[in-house]
Amino acid sequence: MSDTDLQDQAIQVDTEKGNFKYPENYEFDAGIGLTEDTVKYISDVKDDPDWVREFRLKALEVFKKKPMPTKWADKDLENIDFDKIRYYLSKGQQPARSWDDVPDDVKETFERLGIPEQERKFLAGVEAQFDSEASYSRMKEDLEKEGVIFVGSSEGLAEYPEIFKPYFGKVIPTADNKFSALNSATFSGGSFIYVPKGVKLKQPLQAYFRINAENFGQFERTLIIADEDSEITYMEGCTAPKFETATLHSAVVELVALKNAKIQYITVQNWSSNVFNLVTKRGMADEGAEVKWIDCNIGSRLTMKYPGVVLKGKGARGEVLSIALANDGQHQDTGAKMMHLADNTTSNIISKSISIGKGRSTYRGQVHMPKHLKNCKNNTECDALLINTNSRTDTYPAITTRGQNNTVQHEASVSKVSAEQIFYMMQRGLSEGEAMSLAVNGFVNELMKAFPMEYSVELKRLIDMEMEGSVG
Amino acid sequence: MNHSLEVRNLHVSIDGQAILKGFNLTVPKGEVHALMGPNGTGKSTLAKVMAGHEDYTVESGEVLLNGVNILGQEPDEISHAGLFLAFQYPMEIPGVSIANFIRAAKQARLPEGEEINAIEYYKDLYAKMDALKMDRKFTARSLNEGFSGGEKKRCEILQMAMLDPKYCVMDETDSGLDIDALRIVSEGVNHMRSENRAFLVITHYQRLLDYIVPDVVHVMFDGRIVHSGDKELAKELESKGYDWVKEAFATASA
Repeated sequence: MSDTDLQDQAIQVDTEKGNFKYPENYEFDAGIGLTEDTVKYISDVKDDPDWVREFRLKALEVFKKKPMPTKWADKDLENIDFDKIRYYLSKGQQPARSWDDVPDDVKETFERLGIPEQERKFLAGVEAQFDSEASYSRMKEDLEKEGVIFVGSSEGLAEYPEIFKPYFGKVIPTADNKFSALNSATFSGGSFIYVPKGVKLKQPLQAYFRINAENFGQFERTLIIADEDSEITYMEGCTAPKFETATLHSAVVELVALKNAKIQYITVQNWSSNVFNLVTKRGMADEGAEVKWIDCNIGSRLTMKYPGVVLKGKGARGEVLSIALANDGQHQDTGAKMMHLADNTTSNIISKSISIGKGRSTYRGQVHMPKHLKNCKNNTECDALLINTNSRTDTYPAITTRGQNNTVQHEASVSKVSAEQIFYMMQRGLSEGEAMSLAVNGFVNELMKAFPMEYSVELKRLIDMEMEGSVG
Repeated sequence: MNHSLEVRNLHVSIDGQAILKGFNLTVPKGEVHALMGPNGTGKSTLAKVMAGHEDYTVESGEVLLNGVNILGQEPDEISHAGLFLAFQYPMEIPGVSIANFIRAAKQARLPEGEEINAIEYYKDLYAKMDALKMDRKFTARSLNEGFSGGEKKRCEILQMAMLDPKYCVMDETDSGLDIDALRIVSEGVNHMRSENRAFLVITHYQRLLDYIVPDVVHVMFDGRIVHSGDKELAKELESKGYDWVKEAFATASA
């Protein structure tokens, strides 16, 4: 298969393709700013059960009390004005099961992004969220028959409380951080997935998150539960039009992998460069289970995201593979957390960051292995590539290993694409942009092999576009 | 049209220090010229300036390909114009396979919208690798990364053969080669010799010229060519040593 064929199949999420919007026309609007009334409005519209109403209001209190993490994080956070953001916008609460029933402007949005086409080609199910609510949600019928649940978070908590409630907010408690509290107060949309015992999904489920409105905050909430011996791959993509004002995206994603289950969660984040992307993601892995985060951050103004795995059962495995690309005006503050809580648990972190121009990349890692554990292993590799001297990269690894017989391996490197490398490649006939792209693609090449083909091709294309734009 | 590589009265400096001081040379298509000389005399500078390296300041002069001045053009434009430089120290490009790199370089020569034929490409690549006695597994290896000196030079000749340039400048291709590798690399070059191609072979030693027999040998000293002759000149240099050049021409140029 040639590259052109692959590209035709690729997921189209490039910035140009995402940079369009339709006029705003919402039936439900919580107004501007965040108060108890805002939260109550969201609960009313969604017809939340009492426990969720309480959960939200408590979370709002926690959010108000918690300071911004600017003591250690980027001061740019101070530019978020919570009083100017709109917290809930939707055209209705029920997602359509057929694209024909999706409102025209929303349908056109997703068609331009290529979502229905991908669904036909290689996905087992799709949920497409437009601002606060999913406009479309559908899964293949045979999966439904096997007992797989793939619905929005509101439907999940309303229809399947016996599965939803015991895990919701347990992997990531409300008070984990300021933004997990914000999400817990205002959450809307996102996916609830349950995969029954022994069911192994051969094709991925996908969610696509789209922000259309200005001055808006998107707070989706995803909970995935993989029962014993089951397997699932979930992919998410995201875009927004470029606005002059700041947009906020603050999701919470909780994964639960029960005994011997496997969850793979893939993100290609390509928000426009005005989006604050402040996301909390964590998985829990029971005995023999595996949670793998594959995380690519190309867009946004500031991303703060440190996917984690709590290795709760013996022999559990956790993995974070991440690629971050920070261009002018962007800060990709990413990393990983691995909490070893049982013997024979292993974790692997591979992080590659690319900083271009005035772009900035930060890696923050945390690996925790308490004293009483045996035979735990962690491998951490973080490599940074600098495209010119103004670029900045910081690495903050925190590895605490106390036990005997536990092994930790940590490697970090910073390299540059040198002028001599570029000259060499240009001598062979490549333009400066092509030479840069090739060097950057080479840098992430090994890691890209871990991605499903459709995503790695798209990622390569996104990198090419970013690099072309970076050569002055 | 003038079918030659021509350097006219080239003056080049770096950080204010003059390196090329009125360099003149004409290599017509169909010929192989050797450029010899002591270290530090400006041979590699000449190669890089011809390829468009930005670190050097061209004070005056011209480098003409088919009569068109290429000085001031971008390195990729010069490459497209037909000049290939086999580097003395090829750069390592981690993560970029040889196959993908050469393919990208060939693709860059095609008109917009036209795609390389992958099957033809690999057929061609494998045939040329076989001729250079390179293991086919090399196609998947990162360009020059962890290569021995000999492997790097073979890879340069492979790229040269694949890109089919009209003007080949080879900078100290023999350095780092053992005698077997030298023979294989030279066979590769000899195979490319044709009426439509010119070679400028820069070397410090006469040894390479036993395998790639030049039509003309030039001796360079202190930024210019001081003496030219046939292939016997290389042997004379070998026996007399570069001190002879220094003595003979240091006074002449003073």
